[in-house]
Amino acid sequence: MRALLFAFVLLFALPLRAEEIVLGLSSDQVSIDTNFDGSEILIFGAVKRDAPTPDEPRLQVIVTVAGPSEPVTVRRKEKRFGIWVNVDAVEVDQAPSFYAVSTSTVLGLSLSETEDQRHGVSIPRAVRSVGAPMNITDSESFSQALIRIKSASNQYQLNEGTVSVDEQTLFRTAIKLPAALTEGDYKTRIFLTRGGDVVAKYETSIFVRKVGMERWLFRLSRENAFLYGLMSLAIAIAAGWGASAVFTAFRR
Amino acid sequence: MQIYLPIAEVSVNAFLLLGLGGLVGVLSGMFGVGGGFLMTPLLFFIGIPPAVAVATEANQIVASSFSGVLAHFKRKTVDLRMGTVLLIGGLAGAALGVLVFNYLKAQGQVDLLVKLCYVVFLGIIGGLMFLESLNAIRNTKKGKAPPRKKHNWIHGLPFKMRFRVSGLYISVIPPLLVGVAVGILAAIMGVGGGFIMVPAMIYLLGMPTKVVVGTSLFQIIFVTAFTTMLHATTNFTVDIVLAVLLLVGGVIGAQIGARIGVKMKAEQLRILLAMMVLGVCGKLALDLLLQPGELYSLGAAGGH
Repeated sequence: MRALLFAFVLLFALPLRAEEIVLGLSSDQVSIDTNFDGSEILIFGAVKRDAPTPDEPRLQVIVTVAGPSEPVTVRRKEKRFGIWVNVDAVEVDQAPSFYAVSTSTVLGLSLSETEDQRHGVSIPRAVRSVGAPMNITDSESFSQALIRIKSASNQYQLNEGTVSVDEQTLFRTAIKLPAALTEGDYKTRIFLTRGGDVVAKYETSIFVRKVGMERWLFRLSRENAFLYGLMSLAIAIAAGWGASAVFTAFRR
Repeated sequence: MQIYLPIAEVSVNAFLLLGLGGLVGVLSGMFGVGGGFLMTPLLFFIGIPPAVAVATEANQIVASSFSGVLAHFKRKTVDLRMGTVLLIGGLAGAALGVLVFNYLKAQGQVDLLVKLCYVVFLGIIGGLMFLESLNAIRNTKKGKAPPRKKHNWIHGLPFKMRFRVSGLYISVIPPLLVGVAVGILAAIMGVGGGFIMVPAMIYLLGMPTKVVVGTSLFQIIFVTAFTTMLHATTNFTVDIVLAVLLLVGGVIGAQIGARIGVKMKAEQLRILLAMMVLGVCGKLALDLLLQPGELYSLGAAGGH
């Protein structure tokens, strides 16, 4: 009897868990060189399963890419004595420098509110704001402003319906990385959902690195700041002198 | 052609930066101003982070001032003696200004003070200069000789020194005080201070306009070189690639500017500078008075 019950549980429970993600990336490294002008990463994969594909509810795929997080101060202007000045400021504890969510259908349909809260998938959930000063009652509008400003510059993207899913097994999407990209490990997550519940999750990282001259200059500016400063001045003086010499030569 | 800036971490159009540098360079060579007060807002506008814009701008001004001052040296329109006296005062003032700035920062609202400072100073300086040079132009048209230099209390001060290039024999105290005052303001407002220094030299010290431009550029080189080193070693915000793009345009512009400046009449030069100062003042005033499109702004944490 117990064995029968076990078999029963296995039969109904496993199909929900027994879906696994096999992932491919067009490249797991983005190199920032002098000509860097944004990049596109192809994320594709397949669903591996032990049991036959359940028909309902349909499989949905959500892909998120998040840049390194940093605290950001959001300031708000108000009119005081007839002029507009910064009055209130709220520090948002963790805001990713870049965040993209791509889904196979409307995000609200493929992910329930509780699962969103647990995994922090949607943009408002990915931006974490904990402590606002006592005198600010509407700290929510500060995080909204952050998202609005970052979305306007394509740093935050919600791309609904851009993940294509074939036969509930193969999926692929392309994520556009903007030209203004900071260095770091970009955490990439893939969620498989059915009826709003996450049935499988896969995490990997895309490494964004400066290379060549960009890398050399950046390191020099941090590790040998004095030399870097002198070098900047030397270039400035040399350029100033050079232009003067060229112009004098022209006049002769 | 897009170029990725290693420190600013943004990608920008190289030709746009060359053009901007050239434009500001012309002004620099013509008027003896560094141009930081014009360039910095322009860099903000094309998406360079403010901290990087301010620091890199200082480095670019070193180049365009150096280029400009060489052109003025050839015309013997640099008063080295006066420049050195102003510079000594200026560096002392800048050190004092940093203290004042930090004190104000602790009290909060330093941004507002800086902007109000700008509007008030630019408004007064620009307005006075505009009226004065307008009168000068009218007088020359009517054929009236410009009024003779009057002797006043300044000439009674001790420690007199002869400034041959400027044709002055005055006490070193007024130039030192002017240097200190400009140094303080420059440190608070985060600029080289050329646009305050130039009118101060013309009206307070009575230096001839032609000499003023070269002398101002001479002392700006040192102030901005000092600022560049300070930013590079403490904030790591000098972007050398951005600086090179700006200064290639800047040094060429400065040469052209210095040549235009020499061909122009002193009153015309002054009235143009006055108009430019008033224009910047007007823009800043509008920013404070009109409701901005986006009330919120983002900044690095901890910087309030």
